[in-house]
Amino acid sequence: MSSVRVLVGTRKGAFILSSDGKRQKWDVSGPHFAGWEIYHMKGSAVDPNRIYASQTSGWFGQIIQRSDDGGKTWHQPGTPAGEEMGPGGMPKGESNKFVYDTSPETGKPLTTHQWYDGTQHKWEFKRVWHLEPSPSDADTVYAGIEDAAIFRSTNGGKDWKELSGLRGHGTGPKWQPGAGGMCLHTIILDRKDPKRMYIAISAAGAFRTDDGGNTWKPINKGLYSKYIPNPTAEIGHCVHHVAMHPARPGLLYMQKHWDVMRSDDAGDNWHEVSGNLPTDFGFVIDVHAHEPETIYVVPIKSDSEHYPPDGKLRVYRSRTGGNEWEPLTKGLPQSDCYVNVLRDAMAVDSLDTCGIYFGTTGGQVYASADAGDTWAPIVRDLPAVLSVEVQTLS
Amino acid sequence: MIRVALPQHLRTLAKVGNEVTVEVKGAVTQRSVLDALEAAYPMLRGTIRDHVTQERRPFLRFFACEEDLSHESPDAPLPEAVATGTEPLLIIGAIAGG
Repeated sequence: MSSVRVLVGTRKGAFILSSDGKRQKWDVSGPHFAGWEIYHMKGSAVDPNRIYASQTSGWFGQIIQRSDDGGKTWHQPGTPAGEEMGPGGMPKGESNKFVYDTSPETGKPLTTHQWYDGTQHKWEFKRVWHLEPSPSDADTVYAGIEDAAIFRSTNGGKDWKELSGLRGHGTGPKWQPGAGGMCLHTIILDRKDPKRMYIAISAAGAFRTDDGGNTWKPINKGLYSKYIPNPTAEIGHCVHHVAMHPARPGLLYMQKHWDVMRSDDAGDNWHEVSGNLPTDFGFVIDVHAHEPETIYVVPIKSDSEHYPPDGKLRVYRSRTGGNEWEPLTKGLPQSDCYVNVLRDAMAVDSLDTCGIYFGTTGGQVYASADAGDTWAPIVRDLPAVLSVEVQTLS
Repeated sequence: MIRVALPQHLRTLAKVGNEVTVEVKGAVTQRSVLDALEAAYPMLRGTIRDHVTQERRPFLRFFACEEDLSHESPDAPLPEAVATGTEPLLIIGAIAGG
């Protein structure tokens, strides 16, 4: 029988929520890595027992954790004795070493981006925001980091190497941090075309590679952002999240700072599909597992008031790929609710009746086993939720 | 043997108790002690000192013998009591509330 495993990253640890295919009764495991910020966890589609986690701390920096048994036990890749030896015969322990590529072969001095005051600022590694396992190899995983760059590991997270063509694109000096830092928060791998990837950066915009990460192009045509000097500039848009249905890889949906957007040509052109949403500010966006034109957002009042409008937590669903939206409220608090839902905190399972999940900064994780028609909390009182991912297990 | 006391989160990470002991050959300095610590516990690499610059992470402090040694040169000798194992080198996480 099928089951689901929900991977929840919070401000103070990781939690794993498990249920059978009915998704009514849940087991809660955690906190794992208690007291640490868990920005993101994601399992491999090739080997569901392989889960990668980004564990961070203002005191102790970045840690990469890996589980090979579905989250029961964890280790830092490369640190257990005998795994991989360094010069002194000791394990290498470099799974948390993210060093920007300044090698001669990049051919460019990748040194600065725009700082808050408009001056140029050197790139400084801060944390891993997002981990994206390869759909074809359990040992290959991509990391989106702050300050924005993309790294890849091909040995299960033991070592990381930057795909420097992204920062070498030439627009890097124009990228600038948003209030949350200059983070590369979205990585989408095209299962039909292994050389095609999408990423998004706050606040630079979205980019695509068609050659496996060697070269990248900005894909921001059609975005309009009033908060930058040239609202239609090629670079500078605060993209909050991008989602894609694996069966329709050219169809992308975007929750921008303001505006919900859609592209039907792999990001070459975007148009707005905010339609009748009560506000088009928000962070998350996701796509139904079986219906590429069914999408979900959680409208947030504004960029200065990070909570739902009118104190009502509502998921909005469009079955028409945008523009026409319906509020989904059954089981969600409809008064006095002032939580936020962060950009990586929504996910879907792939059971026959698609399950939708999201976590809030108030520590609730809500689940719907009927594509959003009804909702119930799995847990109510976790630390603030940073990310939610789902594994559908058979 | 040199005694090193770790903050709670690093003890959890290294799966050790309040203190660990490491052996240092030659001069007993911050650098040599941390090199020995990271060799014995590679999961701590990058958590006390930056991976690349090898500088102390900003929110960590090094105390010993009731003194703050955080701003001493990493190559300065540590107090004799640390070198002889009488006193531990304390690695402390800065206090933060909220």
